[in-house]
Amino acid sequence: MNQLVNSSRKIVCDGNEAAARAVVLARPDVVSVFPITPQSSLVESLSQFVADGVLTAELINAEGEHSVLSALQGACLAGARTYTATSGPGLAFMFEPYIRTPGLRLPMVVSLVTRDMLSPQCVWGGQQDAMTVRECGWIQVYCENVQEVLDTVIMAFKLAEHKDVLLPVNVCHDGNYLSYAVSRIELPAAEMVDGFLGEPDVNWHIALDPDRPMAVDPLTGGTGPGGAASFVGYRKSQVRGMANALEVFSDIHVEWGERFGRHWAPLVEEYRLEDADYAIVTIGSMTGAGKDAVDAARERGEKVGLIKVKTYRPFPRDAIIAALGKVKAAGIVDRSVSFAWDCGPLHQDVMTTLFASPHRLALVGFIGGLAGADITSEHFQRVIELTAQAARGDVSASPIWLNEHD
Amino acid sequence: MSNEIRLHGRGGQGTVMAAGILAQALAEEDKWAIAIPTFGFERRGAPVSAFLRVDDKPIRSLTNIYHPDIIVCIDQTLGRAVNIFAGMADGATLVLAGRKPASEMNLPASARRLGLVDAVSIAMELFGRPITNSVMLGALARTTGIVSLAALCRAMEESHFRDAGLAQNLTAIRRGYDETQVSTLKESCHAHA
Repeated sequence: MNQLVNSSRKIVCDGNEAAARAVVLARPDVVSVFPITPQSSLVESLSQFVADGVLTAELINAEGEHSVLSALQGACLAGARTYTATSGPGLAFMFEPYIRTPGLRLPMVVSLVTRDMLSPQCVWGGQQDAMTVRECGWIQVYCENVQEVLDTVIMAFKLAEHKDVLLPVNVCHDGNYLSYAVSRIELPAAEMVDGFLGEPDVNWHIALDPDRPMAVDPLTGGTGPGGAASFVGYRKSQVRGMANALEVFSDIHVEWGERFGRHWAPLVEEYRLEDADYAIVTIGSMTGAGKDAVDAARERGEKVGLIKVKTYRPFPRDAIIAALGKVKAAGIVDRSVSFAWDCGPLHQDVMTTLFASPHRLALVGFIGGLAGADITSEHFQRVIELTAQAARGDVSASPIWLNEHD
Repeated sequence: MSNEIRLHGRGGQGTVMAAGILAQALAEEDKWAIAIPTFGFERRGAPVSAFLRVDDKPIRSLTNIYHPDIIVCIDQTLGRAVNIFAGMADGATLVLAGRKPASEMNLPASARRLGLVDAVSIAMELFGRPITNSVMLGALARTTGIVSLAALCRAMEESHFRDAGLAQNLTAIRRGYDETQVSTLKESCHAHA
């Protein structure tokens, strides 16, 4: 079908460089950056690519993350394809324009190189930053490995710009374990990515255009005539765009698989789940060690599978219900906490989702990998044992803090 | 075949960069490798380490390494600051920078193979500074055979080094390879705590 199919090349890089290379392939018009650990090497790579002429985007080194996203909002309104990346405190400083971006229906792609939130003071990975903004209206997807970072950043532009979605996307990759993990990956050919993404088409609904002057984001709502109705109209369409993202992203993954030969599960991956009695649920870079632990347990005769959540916002309710419908118990491993619920955010979402299903199963919640801590095969061994125990009716009290004694 | 390698050094010596170049060299030989550095507030002189897992098939686990079967230490004074042998697998291979003979090095009893090179002297001659990472990559290739000298040199050529810097580092790899003394460890070399 395609003569360029073999023109990808093998490279060795870490997750931050993979994201930067994906950005080069997506050919954005404007990139604005401010460095912050553990994202810094990503924007250093972007700056190098611009300096080398590999990336022809306008690069704005802003004085802080608030300005970074404000500049990109203007660029996006003017019709530019835009990108930035941030992390932890940088995301916090970005919050005011951040929360406004989905309502403006701006199709940006922003990598979150996830980091645990201060305080206690730390500079290491954890998903608390991304999880803190899980209800802001951005699409959020989490990557398992360096190749998935590269592929997903490219796919995210297609998702964000899709007319049935038109929302900003956070592609999350774990600080430390993905940001700095050097791996061998396939770099697709630029022409192939051009064919996949097509021409940028981001300014058809609102635009800063002197020839077509229009008011952007006028005062809406209140109790005046039509105010409530117009606000509800905007909100409803935003919520609908979010819901549409599940199907659109699934279609995009199918097309990616056809064009590039890598078939990622778009929403939820089911691993060795078909004949499983129970499952562990993972998100992000912990998943690889989880799969290895599942394989080891299978060799011992344990009927265990794994459910990996890739798309987290919108939450893939049907896919989660379908996956959990196959098992009697699930052990959910979060890399962050939900302060309101004394459990992990993923655990909370799974509980909420199950209310819509007649199927009941035992859940055990685990929290691990905070502030750069490792989630090893030994930790997963414990997760598997306690989940097996829950499947037999003996359910441990949650949450279980995996690194409590490390 | 798979190995779990832990590299030790001090901030500024290029430990993490060495792990990255090694991963590139292993990929050149069509192997799969994952290199993960330990992290902190980077400071020149502070102990740092990096983990590298290598296999003939794709690697899924993105975790640190706790029981290395190969330990590389690119700084000859680091053993006074951290236990570079912590968690070492039985029968491990050690690749160490140092001037002292093995019999004076207080090595763990279960290590079985040693590559020893006076990396600081080579680095001082080549760079005028004790930057020993490239020398120790050559020493690793010589001691373990997990990667070829040619692949290491190709990986170095793929790195950010250019011109004189590249030539110096290629020489450092070759001299590390040539000047490493490889020995099978005998009981007399071992500490009896």
